[in-house]
Amino acid sequence: MNDRYEVRLAGVGGQGLQLAGLILAEAAAIFANKNAVQSQSYGAEARGGPSVSEVILGEGDIDYPKVSEPDLLLVLSQDAADRYVPGVRKDGLIIADAQHVERLHSERRVLRLPITETAKEATGRPVASIVALGVIAVVTGIIPRDAIRQAVLSRAPKGTEEMNTKALEAGFALGESALASAGKK
Amino acid sequence: MVVEAATVRFMQGSEAVAEGAMAAGLRFYAGYPITPSTEIAEILSRRLPRVGGVFIQMEDEIGSLAAVIGASIAGLKAATATSGPGFSLMQENLGFAVAAEIPCVLVNVQRAGPSTGQPTAPAQGDVMQARWGTHGDHPIVVLTASTVRECFDQTVRSFNLSERYRTPVILLLDEVVAHMRERTVIPAPEDIYVLERPQPAVPPEWYFPYEETDADVPPLASFGEGYRYHVTGLFHDRAGYPTLRQDEINPWFERLFRKIELNVDEIVQTQGEMLEDARTVIVAYGSTARAARQAMKEARAKGRRVGLLKLLTLWPFPEEQIERATRTARRFLVPEMNRGQVRLEVERVVKGRADVVGVHRYDGTVITPTQILQALEAH
Repeated sequence: MNDRYEVRLAGVGGQGLQLAGLILAEAAAIFANKNAVQSQSYGAEARGGPSVSEVILGEGDIDYPKVSEPDLLLVLSQDAADRYVPGVRKDGLIIADAQHVERLHSERRVLRLPITETAKEATGRPVASIVALGVIAVVTGIIPRDAIRQAVLSRAPKGTEEMNTKALEAGFALGESALASAGKK
Repeated sequence: MVVEAATVRFMQGSEAVAEGAMAAGLRFYAGYPITPSTEIAEILSRRLPRVGGVFIQMEDEIGSLAAVIGASIAGLKAATATSGPGFSLMQENLGFAVAAEIPCVLVNVQRAGPSTGQPTAPAQGDVMQARWGTHGDHPIVVLTASTVRECFDQTVRSFNLSERYRTPVILLLDEVVAHMRERTVIPAPEDIYVLERPQPAVPPEWYFPYEETDADVPPLASFGEGYRYHVTGLFHDRAGYPTLRQDEINPWFERLFRKIELNVDEIVQTQGEMLEDARTVIVAYGSTARAARQAMKEARAKGRRVGLLKLLTLWPFPEEQIERATRTARRFLVPEMNRGQVRLEVERVVKGRADVVGVHRYDGTVITPTQILQALEAH
């Protein structure tokens, strides 16, 4: 139970969070020989509605399949931040998109990063969720970069492999710079 | 696509049901899509035609099970999947399949009810409906699952048991197990036991589909292969024709129950963990068993003598396994997403020799390990 790591990815429909959750879980379960569980979270699947994706990672058996107090919360919208920030574990981490989340007050560790902006710069498209996966891999160390690379490639629709790889690498770089500046403080 | 060797996949419970059904030899599916069971139909609609099987979306759930029964009489392994109101609509034909002794598999992914209830929310409120939803005194086999791998294994077992005992088998899942994804090892085809339907050893003119046999299960000939017989929901004689004679009805009725009751050792499965010295035994099934297992581990870490008896068969009820647990248990804790359908069964078996305490939720929300731990501390 100590190696149980709960992740909640939250934003609005259309940001690719359901796929991002699936990629993160598959990176662990298929490409990193860890265990992973993803339970369904219903909500508006349509663009613009709230969207939450939850993944639990671990080395051994994962019994209870739902997230109760996430170790990691990614928020890509103000709504999601308002709703889910209070539920994060005491020693948990919050990663927020600087463009979409303006107000965020928490005693927890918070990283506000230009995720959407980075996605646009790297690919010309708002593939924020893939950039976020890169950030998560680097900042938390819960998943090896190579596993997440393979998982992204195995799920990327034909013709989008290059764009998604670019977005992921940009996420790795963003995560590294975030770690570096956190180290300076 | 045929999966050749054991494969590791990150898959959904519903996907595992579909894969398990294909592995068990499913060739006919008729159903009407309904949340949260729709994924099973969706996957099979793609998979079945590729192996020469049939997928039909019927006009409703009544027609769905009727078509499944017809296909099975014609010799195909047949199944349907449904939920909530759809399961209610299937009850009449379920009884027909019991009485006519037609093998078939019915998957019910439980959602919150009664009535339309909460289509996307989990529940375990159909335990008694699975047992007694169709009218009249009758035996039934009901299996369940807590993990994605168990969804696969229990689907294969559902087909095997239905063929072996000429009975409908209900696989009773819940929304959480059907929709969750987890790392799952799917066994290689040669490691999966698949039972083919026994065929009559006699020529058509000597064949009686409801004859007394040593094993209480007469072989079922497939329609279209020269064996002519009658199939009815009325009480029938050994040839399948309606009868009013008590000397024909009673032996048939006895055999109908006997074929299940004498084989509970094969049909009933449970998984015990930490039961050897358990003063408190948690009896759980479906997704709730996962919360129970985590609660048990946390209680053990604090030195509490808690064990888990996970039910994989719900009907016939695992009486012997509960009975055995009473040797050490002073208390049974039964968490379930209903108001106590299995708790009352546990009470029936325990007969006052230990306390039986329920942890119940019926608002479409899952039971958490914390709630189970609180109940452990409170009583």
